[in-house]
Amino acid sequence: MVISLQNISKSYQQHQSILQAVHSVSLNIDKGEIHGVIGASGAGKSTLLRLMNVLETPDQGTIVVNNQTLTTLPNRKLREARRSIGMIFQHFNLVSNKTVFDNVAVPLELTGYSKKAKVDRVNECLKFVGLEHKAEQYPAQLSGGQKQRVAIARALANRPAVLLCDEPTSALDPQTTAGILDVLKTVNQEFGVTIVIVSHEMDVVRSICDKVTVMDGGKILETVSIETEPYMIPDNDPKWFLEQLTEKERNSNA
Amino acid sequence: MPDIILKYQAEIWQSIGETFVMVGLSIAFALLVGLPVGTLLYLCRKGQLLENRSIYSGLNIFVNIVRSFPFLLLVVFLIPFTRFIVGTAIGTMAATVPLSIVAIAYYSRLVEQALLEIPRGIIESAVSMGASVLEIIFKFLFVEARSSLVLGLTTSTISFISYSTVMGIVGGGGVGDFAIRYGYQRFETELMIYIIVMMIIFVQAIQFTGTTIAKKLDKK
Repeated sequence: MVISLQNISKSYQQHQSILQAVHSVSLNIDKGEIHGVIGASGAGKSTLLRLMNVLETPDQGTIVVNNQTLTTLPNRKLREARRSIGMIFQHFNLVSNKTVFDNVAVPLELTGYSKKAKVDRVNECLKFVGLEHKAEQYPAQLSGGQKQRVAIARALANRPAVLLCDEPTSALDPQTTAGILDVLKTVNQEFGVTIVIVSHEMDVVRSICDKVTVMDGGKILETVSIETEPYMIPDNDPKWFLEQLTEKERNSNA
Repeated sequence: MPDIILKYQAEIWQSIGETFVMVGLSIAFALLVGLPVGTLLYLCRKGQLLENRSIYSGLNIFVNIVRSFPFLLLVVFLIPFTRFIVGTAIGTMAATVPLSIVAIAYYSRLVEQALLEIPRGIIESAVSMGASVLEIIFKFLFVEARSSLVLGLTTSTISFISYSTVMGIVGGGGVGDFAIRYGYQRFETELMIYIIVMMIIFVQAIQFTGTTIAKKLDKK
């Protein structure tokens, strides 16, 4: 077990009312798993993910990741623990005034890598995501898919045991989504990184996850093991879009 | 070169020197004190990393009070404080005290605004990497806001120049004081116009430099 949430609750003060985002949730995620969290917007899935590296502090409950109880760690230790928990986001969150290389280098600088080791590791990570030729470019010069690849390289730089993904493909088109999902799968298989992926896209969850937790109203409805199905990559041909559109029309006419 | 300028050459150079001292020290204080104060204002805001209501309110009120003072009144009001700091209330060095205080208040507000433009997600990703507050400031906030910070300093510098022109009231000298005493009070209108033109060119040059640097730094 690499992630264990025990009886976690989190609420937000919203003007007069209190919003219970996560309500006494317990969840265990095994090492090497790709675990999906799905649910409608407002179901609390993003909050649940952000609790796993204590980006949100829980009101109550215990969070254990990599055998460390994050909820009781002093600040300094918590920061160290976070270095072995990578995270990627829907909107990539790259520093736009840093080059691709420098973005990936930041987590290594935080860990105190020597200059030489840093350069080697950054290049290694960029090569893994297939962007070594973009090292000197800035995020604004990249496509959405490339930005997410840089974010993945950045999250992997410190060789984390866990990778948290908050809607990683929700800002991307289907072709690019398929590419990113492939990268995530490789990360899981090659490096044995446990992946938690929050998404509202059924296809994404179905194509990559071993286990899926369904959330509703801040609670876990159920956690199920699933058979992965390949992600359907739509044809790049514009005719394909036309066919899809007209086919739907025909179906509804029938 | 017009005769009138040649005639007052020595005085003009001296007044330019005084303006440089006053504005230069104001810029230095804006950077050394205003930048940290503005950063602290931002970090202590509600929902930010160092959320702290009393520090935020304290700094916020200081900045607002200084900025709401009519500048001449602030200069007069601060005379006892100035005397305490530099030993005299008269002269160029004495004039830098109220100027620097305005500079700190003015630039810290612009710093706060520049930092507020940074998307929240960037700070979140920094926290998720295990960055400390200082690391977040230097590796994320200042990098991401650098072009706004330069533009803010440019705007501030031009305001400081404008403020420095009234420092004749405490014997601070400077180009503005020169233009008033020699150009206006001695009815040398031509001289006054030359000085005004010189200041316009000077301000244009500062704005151009600031904008160019900011553009170069901005990769968004």
